[in-house]
Amino acid sequence: MKILVPVKRVIDYNVKVRVKSDQSGVDLANVKMSMNPFDEIAVEEAVRLKEAGTAEEIVAVSIGPEKAQDQLRQALAMGADRAILIKTEETVEPLAVAKLLKKVVEEESPELVILGKQAIDDDSNQTGQMLAALLGWAQGTFASKVNLADGKIDVTREIDGGLQTVSLKLPAIVTTDLRLNEPRYASLPNIMKAKKKPLDVKEIGDYGVDVAPRLETLKVTEPPKREAGVKVESVAELVDKLKNEAGVL
Amino acid sequence: MTQTGMDTDVFQAFVVQLERFVRERLVPAEKETEKLNRVPDAILAEMRDMGLFGLTMPEEYGGAGMNVSQYVETIRILSWASGAFRALISINIGMACSALVKNGTDEQRKYWLPKLADGAIAAFALTEPDSGSDAAALKTSARRDGGDYVLNGSKRYITNAPFADMIIVMARTEAAALPKNAHISAFLVPADTPGVSIGKPEEKLGQNGSQIADVILEDARVPAAALLGGEEGTGFKAAMQSLDAGRICIAAAATGYAARILDCGLRYAAERKAFGQPIAQFQLIQAMLADSKAELYAAECMIRDAALNADKGRQVSLEASCAKMYASEMCGRIADRVVQIHGGAGYLKEYEAERFFRDARIFRIYEGTTQIQQLVIAKNMLRRMAG
Ligand SMILES: Cc1cc2nc3c(=O)[nH]c(=O)nc-3n(C[C@H](O)[C@H](O)[C@H](O)COP(=O)(O)OP(=O)(O)OC[C@H]3O[C@@H](n4cnc5c(N)ncnc54)[C@H](O)[C@@H]3O)c2cc1C
Repeated sequence: MKILVPVKRVIDYNVKVRVKSDQSGVDLANVKMSMNPFDEIAVEEAVRLKEAGTAEEIVAVSIGPEKAQDQLRQALAMGADRAILIKTEETVEPLAVAKLLKKVVEEESPELVILGKQAIDDDSNQTGQMLAALLGWAQGTFASKVNLADGKIDVTREIDGGLQTVSLKLPAIVTTDLRLNEPRYASLPNIMKAKKKPLDVKEIGDYGVDVAPRLETLKVTEPPKREAGVKVESVAELVDKLKNEAGVL
Repeated sequence: MTQTGMDTDVFQAFVVQLERFVRERLVPAEKETEKLNRVPDAILAEMRDMGLFGLTMPEEYGGAGMNVSQYVETIRILSWASGAFRALISINIGMACSALVKNGTDEQRKYWLPKLADGAIAAFALTEPDSGSDAAALKTSARRDGGDYVLNGSKRYITNAPFADMIIVMARTEAAALPKNAHISAFLVPADTPGVSIGKPEEKLGQNGSQIADVILEDARVPAAALLGGEEGTGFKAAMQSLDAGRICIAAAATGYAARILDCGLRYAAERKAFGQPIAQFQLIQAMLADSKAELYAAECMIRDAALNADKGRQVSLEASCAKMYASEMCGRIADRVVQIHGGAGYLKEYEAERFFRDARIFRIYEGTTQIQQLVIAKNMLRRMAG
C-alpha cells in the first residue's frame, strides 16, 4: 500500500509573528520556517504504518517555494521514501492545493492520503476535505487514532464533547489532530540517508490546473493587546461587571 | 587541505533537529539526571538514535564525518543542556575517534569506530593520583609478556569510567622518561578485561549525572593488538593530536552553557520586581547583563575562528588555549552574575542559577587548567616571535 503525505512549509511555531506595516500580510523575511506541525504528525503516522508492515511506500509532496525542499528532506529523514516538490513562489489557496494534490493522487494512486488538519499559518482547515470531495473519497478528519485493517481504516476523531470513530473504505483521506502521535526527530544518520533519496521538482504548469486565487486579503492586523486584569472584591461586584462592563451576562 | 566535513545543508538540517531535541528532550530530563546522578536510560537511547555518538567518525565507519567547525557548533548547541549529556559522548567523538583515525591500525579502526559511532561508551584514562597537569609523569605501566601486555596502576577522575565499554589507558612502556614523551603508549582496553576494576563514583561539586571514578589496573592482560597503532611510544603524541580540537570543544561547551545561564538571568531580571519595577530596569543589573552578553559573544567568535583555522589545517594550539581559557572563565563570571541577579533565590537549590553556578566551575579545571592554558599561550607567543 502506498501513502501520500502532503507537507507545508510554514513559519516555525516558536516564532513571534509580525504583521507587515502595510497590513498586506505577515513578515516572512529572515523568519525561521519549519514543517507544519500537523504535517509532521501525518508523516509520523505514515512511517509508523510502514514500520508496522501495513504500508510499503510513503511519498511526501509539497507545494511551495524552492526552499520547501528542506521540509521534504525532513519528511524523507523521518522515513518517507521519495518526495515531490511542486514549485511556486506564489501563495496557493486550499482549493488550488487540493486540485494539485488530486492530480498527484491520479499519478501516484495511493490508497491513503494523510494530511495535517490545518496549517498553522492560515489555519484554513480545508485542504483535506476539499481533496476528499474532488476525489469522491471517504474522509476521516481530526484523527486522534487510526487503525488500518482488512481494506478499511478506522479513524477516531476528536469532536466536541468526546470521541467518534468512523470506519472508512479505502482509498481514503485522513487529517491529523495533535494527539495522534508524537513525531520523531530526524536523526543524523537518517538526515544523511535522506539526501540520497529521490526528490522530483515539478512546476505548477506541469499539472494543467487553474490555481488562480479566489480570495482577496483586505488587510492583516495584530490581535488586540490583552489588557491587564482587575481584581474584584466580591461575587456581587463580579456579576455587576460581567453584566454592565463586559456585557456577557 | 581544508576539512570540508559534512554537506552544509545536511548539517543545517541536523542543527534544526538538534536544537529541538535539546529543548524538548534533554532540558526537561535535567532534574531527573541530577537526581539519579546518571543520564536516564531512555534519554541515552534517544541520544544514540539521534546519532550523537558518531558525529566525528568518518562515514565509512558509520559516523557523520563532521569537521572541527561542525563538531564544535554541535557541542555548543548541545551544551544548552546539562554537561552530563555531553560528557557521555565527549570521549567517543573526541579523543577516541581522533586517536583511532590518526593513529590506529586498520584492524583497530574497523573494530572500534563503528561500535563507538553506534554508542558504545569510551573513557580516556590519563590522570593519576600523582600526575594531573604533569601528565607525562604518569606511573601506570604496561609490560610486554609474550603476545600480550600486562597493565598495572591506577587512574583518577576518569569521566564515564562507571559506564564505559572501552577505556583508552595511557601507560608507560619504558621506565625512564624519553624525549617527546616516547615512554608513553596508549592501549584500547575493553572495560570487562579481567584485572580492570572501577572505583566508586566520586561525589562532585557539580555536573551531576556525569560520573568520574578511579580505574584500577591489576595485572590487566590485553593482547598486543590493543596497543594503539601497534607501535610503542606513540600514545602521548596521539593524545596531543586531539588536544587542540578537545580544547575548542570544552570552550564550546562553556559557551553553550553560558548562553543558557545568561538566558535564565535575563528572564529573571525581566520578571522580578523591586522598588516597583522589574530589576532589569536598574542600570546596575543592565551592566551585568551587558557585560555578560559581550563576553559571551567574544567567546562565540573565538571558538568559531579557532575551529575554522583548525579545519584549514593550521596549527591552532595558541588559539585553542585562548578560547578554552577565555570561555571557561567567562562562563564562571556569567554564572556568578546570574546568581547575583537572582539575589537570595540564586543561593537556593530550588532555582537553576544555583546548579549553573556549581556546574560552571569545572570548565576551568579539566582539559588543562587555566594556568596550563596560560603556559601554552605564552610558550606559543614566544615561539611565534622567534619565527
Ligand atoms: C570532573 C572531572 C573530570 C575529569 N575527567 C578526566 C578524564 O576523563 N580523564 C583524565 O585523564 N582526567 C580527567 N580529569 C582530570 C583533570 O584533567 C585534572 O584534574 C586536571 O588536569 C588537573 O590535574 P590535577 O587535578 O592533578 O591538578 P594539579 O596538576 O595538581 O594542579 C593543581 C593546581 O596547580 C596548578 N599547576 C599545575 N602545574 C602548574 C604549572 N606548571 N604552572 C602553574 N600552575 C600549575 C594547576 O593549574 C592547579 O591550579 C577530570 C577531572 C575532573 C574534576
